[in-house]
Amino acid sequence: MEVAVVLLIGLFTTVAVYLLLSRSVIRMLLGLTLLGNAVNLLIFVGGRLTRAVPPLVPANVYVPEPPFANPLPQALILTAIVIGFSMFAFLLVLGYRAYQSLDADDTDRMRLAEPEGGPNPPLSY
Amino acid sequence: MGQPMITTPTPWSDWVVILPVVLPLLAAAVLLALRGMRALQAPVAGLVTFAVLLCGLELLTRTSDTGPVSMTMGKWLPPFGISFTADVMSAIFVLVSALVTLVVIAYLQMERSESDGRSGLYPLVLLLLAGVCGSFLTGDLFNLYVWFEVMLIASFGLFVLGGRNIQLDATLKYGFLNFLATTIFLASLGVIYGTLGTLNMADITLVAPDADPAVMTTIAALLLLAFGMKAAAFPLNQWLPASYHAPSAALSALMAGLLTKVGVYALLRSLVVLMPAGRDLLEPVIATVAILTLVVAPLGAIAETNLRRAIGFLVIGGIGSVMVGLALPDMHGLAGSTLYIVHSMLTMTALYCVAGLVEKLTGRTDTREMGGLYAASSPVSILFILLVFSAAGLPPFLGFWPKLLLLEAGISGAEIANWQIDWLAMAMIGALLVNAWLTLIAGTRLWAHVFWRNGPAGAPDGAAGPVAHPLTAAQQRFGTGASIVLVGLILAAGLWPNLLIETARLAAVEMIDPQRYIAAFGLGTIAP
Repeated sequence: MEVAVVLLIGLFTTVAVYLLLSRSVIRMLLGLTLLGNAVNLLIFVGGRLTRAVPPLVPANVYVPEPPFANPLPQALILTAIVIGFSMFAFLLVLGYRAYQSLDADDTDRMRLAEPEGGPNPPLSY
Repeated sequence: MGQPMITTPTPWSDWVVILPVVLPLLAAAVLLALRGMRALQAPVAGLVTFAVLLCGLELLTRTSDTGPVSMTMGKWLPPFGISFTADVMSAIFVLVSALVTLVVIAYLQMERSESDGRSGLYPLVLLLLAGVCGSFLTGDLFNLYVWFEVMLIASFGLFVLGGRNIQLDATLKYGFLNFLATTIFLASLGVIYGTLGTLNMADITLVAPDADPAVMTTIAALLLLAFGMKAAAFPLNQWLPASYHAPSAALSALMAGLLTKVGVYALLRSLVVLMPAGRDLLEPVIATVAILTLVVAPLGAIAETNLRRAIGFLVIGGIGSVMVGLALPDMHGLAGSTLYIVHSMLTMTALYCVAGLVEKLTGRTDTREMGGLYAASSPVSILFILLVFSAAGLPPFLGFWPKLLLLEAGISGAEIANWQIDWLAMAMIGALLVNAWLTLIAGTRLWAHVFWRNGPAGAPDGAAGPVAHPLTAAQQRFGTGASIVLVGLILAAGLWPNLLIETARLAAVEMIDPQRYIAAFGLGTIAP
């Protein structure tokens, strides 16, 4: 079970790196999302996968009887998913706006902030 | 283990740990709701930032007198409950961040535009402050990730505010690379949790020494990659010169003061305090990154003709100095790094503020089209050259003292006295000196081109410089005023540095021996 998930993480990361190396903004965005999902799965495996009882605490006890599934990674992943999704939404809107205003989906053509082939610095002083 | 729940409420005086986060967050929400009342925005933001400044002062005096202060959320004891913990290092950074934000809010008053209220400028500034203070104060690594993202989304908003095409371009690059960095940080959190079973900082310091050093090195490498990207250390610095010059000068100043410093703070906290074992094997890597950053960044500043982009390269050069302390983590090195972060926050913010005034005066952003400004505005030119001296680390400015401490760390690390010369430490000493020299060249060249020469390149000798727009009364009062306040602070701190150096040494002592930090969480006593 763990091996399968780890292989899936590897696959996700590979695809994510491939997409991130692209010059197209949309592909890079999809790459980041996939990487985020790979990392979420990594946290999930980090908390160890147990196909056991849910971590319900009986009355008058502080700790449930082991074995029980680790509840913490789920809380962490839930937070990471929400944050990752909001970042994705912002970057998607930004990318779309950049596509409209700059007329480019290609990062090679986005050189406004870093002009290409500028003149040499002045030689005086 | 005794009672796993907290039964006594936190004493009221300890709430000061959480106030630097709660106050700006609340105020940001209120200001967003009252976005119609434009006259209210700036005063409220200023007052709240001043309150955070007072909290930082209180935290600093308390932590240096009696040790770290901690507060745990909810009723769960650490390591389950999330703690906010201030030690001397976090307290001093909170104090200086609030100071920088306050100055920038004053600087923003030099030109109020109609859209200020609607665009959510002040809520975003407060949100950024909350994210920065949260990162400095949190005692939980996952919580640090959350504060990083709060900071990130606020800075996205500030970078893109105004929506000019150049800002869209810059924000896209800034956004992608920084989001990638936080994702890598999240991946390292997964490995940390899988290896150590905890994300509480004090708990990690207790558990980490028993963990497999190979895994700890992997974790440290991931953290170095993620935070190095946040801090804009040399091979990972590309987002900074692409983005810092795009928003308005005041916001550039705010970012330059706050963003990269949180990255280096996280490096110091995680690699020196939490997992020293993981750092040890990476020492040559950190040293190499420091040397390259120190040498390459000012070269970028020399080659650059856009004024604010050139200053961006000087910000990166400062990160190299902090990394030297990370590579030589003894008393001098860590105190030097802490003090350098304080110096870099103040000096870089001030440099961007003055650059904003230069852009106002000339109406240009490129130094090739500037010249002869000394005749038009000598105060601005004096402020600029003083800041260049401070950035290069000349006495009597604040920049001199952290460099001196770092050089001392390098000399004791190189062990010249014992004839067992450590060439990496020697190289770092050399790089620090070369950096000071190159920074001075870059800075004075900028100064000579903008202020000293008669006019832009190609202008006939003796022609008057193009001063398109003399400063208005408001720009004089708030723009020049805010810059003078910062320069005055830098000069005063450089002339009377003892208090700051002592504080930085206290922070270094706590970093080297985190027993008191762990005890503040209430964890040290439980350990057998």
